[in-house]
Amino acid sequence: MTQLDKPNIQDHLYSILETVPDPEIPVISLLDLGVIRTAVEIDGIVYIKMTPTYSGCPATDVMSDDIKAAFAREGKTAKVELILSPAWTTDWLSEEGLRKMEEYGIARPLSESHDKDVLLGGKKLVKCPQCGSTQTHLVSQFGSTPCKALFKCDDCHEPFDYFKCLK
Amino acid sequence: MNNEQGDSRLRGNLYNYILTIADNSLILGQRMGELCGHGPSLETDIACTNISLDLLGQVRSYYQYAAKIAGDGRTEDDIAMLRTEREYVNVLLVEQPNTDFAYTIARHFLFDIFHFLFLTELQKSKDLTLAAIAKKSLKEVSYHERFTSDWIKRLGDGTEESHQKMQTAIDDLWAYTDEFFNPTSAEKAMAEEGIGVDITALKKKYYDTVSEVLEEATLKVPESKYFHKGGKQGIHSEHMGFLLAELQYMQRTYPNLEW
Repeated sequence: MTQLDKPNIQDHLYSILETVPDPEIPVISLLDLGVIRTAVEIDGIVYIKMTPTYSGCPATDVMSDDIKAAFAREGKTAKVELILSPAWTTDWLSEEGLRKMEEYGIARPLSESHDKDVLLGGKKLVKCPQCGSTQTHLVSQFGSTPCKALFKCDDCHEPFDYFKCLK
Repeated sequence: MNNEQGDSRLRGNLYNYILTIADNSLILGQRMGELCGHGPSLETDIACTNISLDLLGQVRSYYQYAAKIAGDGRTEDDIAMLRTEREYVNVLLVEQPNTDFAYTIARHFLFDIFHFLFLTELQKSKDLTLAAIAKKSLKEVSYHERFTSDWIKRLGDGTEESHQKMQTAIDDLWAYTDEFFNPTSAEKAMAEEGIGVDITALKKKYYDTVSEVLEEATLKVPESKYFHKGGKQGIHSEHMGFLLAELQYMQRTYPNLEW
């Protein structure tokens, strides 16, 4: 991660931001998701800059409302601004977030080249979050939310979501 | 020409230029959205509506920017939803109906190849907002391009019937492809400023890429040199009015309803 990609979040704001879950994957926080790029408090007002995962993700508005509500509970006013640049990438998902996501039943994104092999070449590389087998196949490139693809495990036969690599 | 006039002309061109980009995605997004609950299978239904969602998300960024440039109190919703038919400047291709799944895929494929090449160039725009939207959108559009190219191959190189249907759709929609490469005055002015993309330079690469996929799909590359145009000047096909009636219904029935 380059210096430019590193989020600018003031230390004392972490504990509040950690409590705001992703509306679609409630086991991870917005911090784990990597969408919060800036959080600074100036004269009692918290200014947040957030980047959407996908342009049309309907969860974006909910995230913004949830952040404001979390700060309001602490007696603080938060202003959330949506920024597009630099664009969000799955590299910004935290390791902790990836681990929790897998436990929740969503397979973690592979590297860019492996992701292509899987989505285009039909290779079997995605690990089933239920049984751990890599004997899995793509059902649909587009899944229940813009960021996920739909897979099925050939061993335990369970369908599951795969978080697509976005670079 | 004094600076003020020059500045207002630049803003006028920029506003029109943003609409030239955004209207394509809005109208195509509406067409794909029509398949919600009507896709040929659950997976393709979800894919088409996901693609629609990406496009509508992208146009929100464009229309918000257009509203800022216009600076006359109109919002993104006003610009997206409350213009008359003649004020929409999308190409004719994107308003063509979902005749069958082959048409839906062919239309989107013929757009995706253009969209991908176009956004790749727009990333280099001197206008930082347009460059940022392009960079963000490009990641999503690369998924769309994969999806439609894949279906072109599956149906083209599938059964006799799917091959025939795909060929018919490609042959019919081919006449709408040349319009992309006829620049409007706003497109010319913005390309000269380094803000817009010189679309004429994309033409060869476009037809090369499209032909490559069609050949892999065992489909014939149409040879017809007759092309329809007019959408970019606001002169639309008979399908556009019906599409707008549905698109604008909510906003006209409940004014100021928010997205």
